[in-house]
Amino acid sequence: MGKTIVEKILSAHTDTNNLRIGDIIKARVDFAFANDITAPIAIKYFKESGAKEVFNKKRVGLIPDHFAPNKDIKSAEQCKLLREFAQEYEIENYFEIGKMGIEHALLPEKGLVLPGDVVVGADSHTDTSGALGAFAIGVGSTDLAAIMALGEAWLKVSPTIKFIYSGKLNKWVSGKDLILYTISKIGVDGANYKVMEFSGEVIKRLSMDNRFTMCNMAIEAGAKTGIIEPDETTLEYLKGRAKRPFQIYKSDTDAHYEKIIEIDVSKIEPQVAFPHLPENAKPIGEAKGIKIDQSIIGSCTNGRIEDLRIAAEILKGQQVHSEVRLIIIPATQDVYLQALREGLIDIFIFSGAAVSTPTCGPCLGGYMGILAKGERAISTTNRNFVGRMGHPESEVYLASPAVAAASAILGRIASPEEVKQG
Amino acid sequence: MMIKGKVWKFKDNIDTDVIIPARYLNTSDPKELALHCMEDYDSEFVKKINQGDIIVAGRNFGCGSSREHAPIALKVAGVSCIIAKSFARIFFRNAINIGLPIFESEEIADQSSEGDFLEVDTVKGIIKNINKDRAYKLNPLPAFIQNIISLGGLREYVKEEVRRRNR
Repeated sequence: MGKTIVEKILSAHTDTNNLRIGDIIKARVDFAFANDITAPIAIKYFKESGAKEVFNKKRVGLIPDHFAPNKDIKSAEQCKLLREFAQEYEIENYFEIGKMGIEHALLPEKGLVLPGDVVVGADSHTDTSGALGAFAIGVGSTDLAAIMALGEAWLKVSPTIKFIYSGKLNKWVSGKDLILYTISKIGVDGANYKVMEFSGEVIKRLSMDNRFTMCNMAIEAGAKTGIIEPDETTLEYLKGRAKRPFQIYKSDTDAHYEKIIEIDVSKIEPQVAFPHLPENAKPIGEAKGIKIDQSIIGSCTNGRIEDLRIAAEILKGQQVHSEVRLIIIPATQDVYLQALREGLIDIFIFSGAAVSTPTCGPCLGGYMGILAKGERAISTTNRNFVGRMGHPESEVYLASPAVAAASAILGRIASPEEVKQG
Repeated sequence: MMIKGKVWKFKDNIDTDVIIPARYLNTSDPKELALHCMEDYDSEFVKKINQGDIIVAGRNFGCGSSREHAPIALKVAGVSCIIAKSFARIFFRNAINIGLPIFESEEIADQSSEGDFLEVDTVKGIIKNINKDRAYKLNPLPAFIQNIISLGGLREYVKEEVRRRNR
């Protein structure tokens, strides 16, 4: 019987023969990383382990992105731990402010995570790199400490659910809408412990930035990871980026899937996920008119150049509503610079938006856009749990950059069409 | 290990932002994290629970972020064991790795009430509800995971492995 892409990647990274679903294996890790929240605990345990050095100085990443640039003294202390550890253990991929980007946007952009890799990050959105055809999973700090010391991780071989997307995408429907719709169909634990493999003609036509968005949110359905087979689009993206050779794996046509779910995208409208779960996605029509206080465009989900281009297309010549704060956060320095060169930042600032240096900031209620009691935000981020962006009695609605931009202009949740038709 | 504690019931999809809000993640001090455990769900929770108490929850407990601060906050706040219909994958790993016993059981989640006393034999996987006079036998954890737990968590496993490789 054939194998899925994930089974092939794992087989290539373990000494266990004839992998079966449910087997617990030790897998060699190609790249491991942590951020300013998860690394401090991992560093402590790594030092306790007695390991003299990390398993590979080129294959460990430390990215202070969550509360950096340091939001307060405690965060400054945490970031300092990363900096000192990187110096002491000669870790090459430490990204200081000014070079830093949100980890899941930065690592693919720098060609540090590649197709066929086993990537393990101490952050749940590590699944983002699955868009490159890597097996990329999030873990906690103790796991990461173990990987830094040993270069391997214990893993259970999970079954895969295959999603096949067909049909023609409607105007303003993006990868974000596809993944929100998918999560709404299967629920926030619909893929718990399982791999979500995204495929079909729609995915083949989808840009890399949109593919990253989809894989990024596989975790919001409980998935171990999301993955997309590499193709021409992937290879084009990797040109001039890949830092080392890589291996392309594809699922066999007779591979076994636990389930195959077919989705006709022609029926999907832009989606808005209502508080307080990502599975509460509804078509934009059902959300129109909900008043907002803030709009966030950014994060590891939607802070890439295409996201900013779409936001600029809608904001061009328009003004942010007088009662709305629009905060736009390019995910990396390269995205920021590209947006600057294309004139997007001009458009944002003329429209009355605040543009920030890369940071996770408001997405997890860190800083740079915290909500007060009773306030409501529309956001291109990935979670809308209770208190996620601030006060426990605030609300977050999740949507695409197009919807977040249109809503910022009209002061209420709005379809991009309402703005573009003037 | 034998655990005895009072049940605190929680609904489905208790996420890690509720277990420990990100606004407190600028520290990794376990005692400080424990002070804010479940704060946005029930601001009195930390005051109400006693050392050794047990959380019994619905589906998908611990969904969301990979923050190990979540099981750490629960453990240090006094929670000795969590029984849920299901756990989010990363939370499950993190709990095992830090040595917080967790079990999946639909029956116990459905049949126990807040305030019940449970007796948990973590090795045999036998859980008794004293108030309801019921006993449950759960499937044992895979051998590899049991080995990690018997060593005292993943940290001890790594120490041993590092020692072995250095020999």
